[in-house]
Amino acid sequence: MALDVGTDHTSTATAGSGRNLLQVKGLKMHFPLTQGIIFQRQVGAVRAVDGVDFFVEKGETLGLVGESGCGKSTTGRAILQLYKPTAGEVLFDGVDLVKLGGEQMRKMRRRMQMIFQDPYASLNPRMTVGNIIGEPLEVHSLAKGKAKTERVQELLRVVGLNPYFTNRYPHEFSGGQRQRIGIARALAVEPDFIVADEPISALDVSIQAQVINLLEELQSKFKLTFLFIAHDLSVVRHISDRVAVMYLGKVVELADRAAIFERPLHPYSQALLSAVPIPDPAIETKRKRIILTGDVPSPVNPPSGCRFHTRCWKAQAVCSVTDPDFIEHEPRHWAACHFPG
Amino acid sequence: MPELLEVRDLHTQFFTRDGIVRAVDGVSFTLAAGETLGIVGESGCGKSVTALSLMRLIPQPPGKITQGEILFDGRDVLKMDDDEVRGIRGNAIAMIFQDPMTSLNPVLTISRQVSEALELHLKMDRNESRKRTIELLELVGIPSAKSRLDDYPHQFSGGMRQRVMIAMALSCNPKLILADEPTTALDVTIQAQILDLLKNLAREFRTAFILITHDLGVVAGMTQRIHVMYGGHIVEKADTNELFANPKHPYTWGLLRSIPRLDQTRREKLRPIEGLPPDLIAPPPGCRFAPRCQYKRDICDEKPPELVAVPNAKADHESRCWGTQTGGWLTTTDWRTDTTVFTKVEA
Repeated sequence: MALDVGTDHTSTATAGSGRNLLQVKGLKMHFPLTQGIIFQRQVGAVRAVDGVDFFVEKGETLGLVGESGCGKSTTGRAILQLYKPTAGEVLFDGVDLVKLGGEQMRKMRRRMQMIFQDPYASLNPRMTVGNIIGEPLEVHSLAKGKAKTERVQELLRVVGLNPYFTNRYPHEFSGGQRQRIGIARALAVEPDFIVADEPISALDVSIQAQVINLLEELQSKFKLTFLFIAHDLSVVRHISDRVAVMYLGKVVELADRAAIFERPLHPYSQALLSAVPIPDPAIETKRKRIILTGDVPSPVNPPSGCRFHTRCWKAQAVCSVTDPDFIEHEPRHWAACHFPG
Repeated sequence: MPELLEVRDLHTQFFTRDGIVRAVDGVSFTLAAGETLGIVGESGCGKSVTALSLMRLIPQPPGKITQGEILFDGRDVLKMDDDEVRGIRGNAIAMIFQDPMTSLNPVLTISRQVSEALELHLKMDRNESRKRTIELLELVGIPSAKSRLDDYPHQFSGGMRQRVMIAMALSCNPKLILADEPTTALDVTIQAQILDLLKNLAREFRTAFILITHDLGVVAGMTQRIHVMYGGHIVEKADTNELFANPKHPYTWGLLRSIPRLDQTRREKLRPIEGLPPDLIAPPPGCRFAPRCQYKRDICDEKPPELVAVPNAKADHESRCWGTQTGGWLTTTDWRTDTTVFTKVEA
């Protein structure tokens, strides 16, 4: 079976304004499932990302939210070409990254970086902090010798660490400090665009705020554009200018922050928002929760029609047959639902 | 009402190569039958070790409960012999662990694991326990429970496994359930399902609950009283509404300020608690929060404050802070706007 290489993604959507740094069109990332030991044949595919359209404007933060397994991290990685997308286009400053060759892509990588979720696993324990942060400088031949050392020290200062820590190893730092090292590494090549994949979810509450503030400071200082992947909606509300909600490999809603948190159109977004506990007993006791039944279906065999219809309280016959288009219901507010609102 | 649980001056320490870690350092609290209590704090504050101590599940060595009393139903758990403790564990006191992926045995079927406690504590035979297991699994909302009895944990999703854990905890009609971060490993919509289930079960069976979490949002909707822990101490005790309306410890203010809220748009910036939690091998000599506290005075670095009733607040509101007790210098702080009134605190 060949993977269906979708050519006709829902093209109604998401051109955005002319200030786009990144535009994703019909992005699909399928991972093959194989059987057999010597002669492997493909028996199916995990449709981790299955036709995603959105754009990110220069200087903004787009929050990408969803539950585990919805494909948000895969989307981030496919954008940076850490995976080869199955289909679709990733236009970065007008250039389609999917079509770039190795050397051209390597040059492009200087402009886009990633901050990882787990500060314990994403730093090489055998490298000193100086080598970790200095490596991208060498790879992209940006600085050598004394200049490199000075640049590393400057980067450490920028992220709020002592510049004389260059000879220490990652295990000598706490989780929050390690995350700062990861951020310094991402900043080393002066990127335009950073994919932050759950950068604070491994950290304690009081440390989370430190890192969020650091990311915001750095954004305004270096004019960074962020794709901020997270499952914590309170944090996303705080940090994002716009928010995209993903469910089972698709973006189901995309809007400005105020719109999505105050007038969510898609039932899944509504359920997700109502599920987040609010630290205030007066509000919490009065709130009506939408409790979804069941679990997220398997991305190997997603439900027909609208993927959310198996858990949706608004679902009608049409929902299990026709996949709703991703439509701009209000200015700059897209949702994929037959019965929005 | 007689107390179900009374913990007096509990000290649990870990003897490591680097020194003695004072993980729980003098914790006292009480819990009435049917009451729900939240214990809130960051990792390493001693909240999980407190729960494990109640069940005498501290790995020994390196750990040891060095001091204190844990009176459960009038009897001291720490003075019981191993058989007596085994008679309580999973029976009168049950525990729900954080990680449903690792706290179920992967090589035993679900029915085997749920019915173990039934056969051990309630002396049921195979048939009875199997029937009861089906009832329990239905109670916690596992669809087609009967046909899933002989499935293994890996055939269940995370949320379903946590439901199985809850069914195990409920199996012997416990008087007290300790839930240690029961929803931290789950997605937010699944978390809502599980919290909803726990709340209904607590109401239905009048089971006392201790809910241990780092998430202030979770305890806000679930518990009657809250204890905030920091560095092995309880630093503030109050009933839930009082704690959120009128918090009295700078650490609690810090926690409340540093979390972004879903129902509020962006303030200028979050105000994090600077610095790191204390090293419990060599904790600060005075108040353990002093090195990170923006309101501290000299006394805070010199002498550890006691947990005492807060003047001009609800009767059971206690705080461990020199600044907010009688004779202190912090009368009111509106933690939302950060306007602090520095005047002498009168009794």
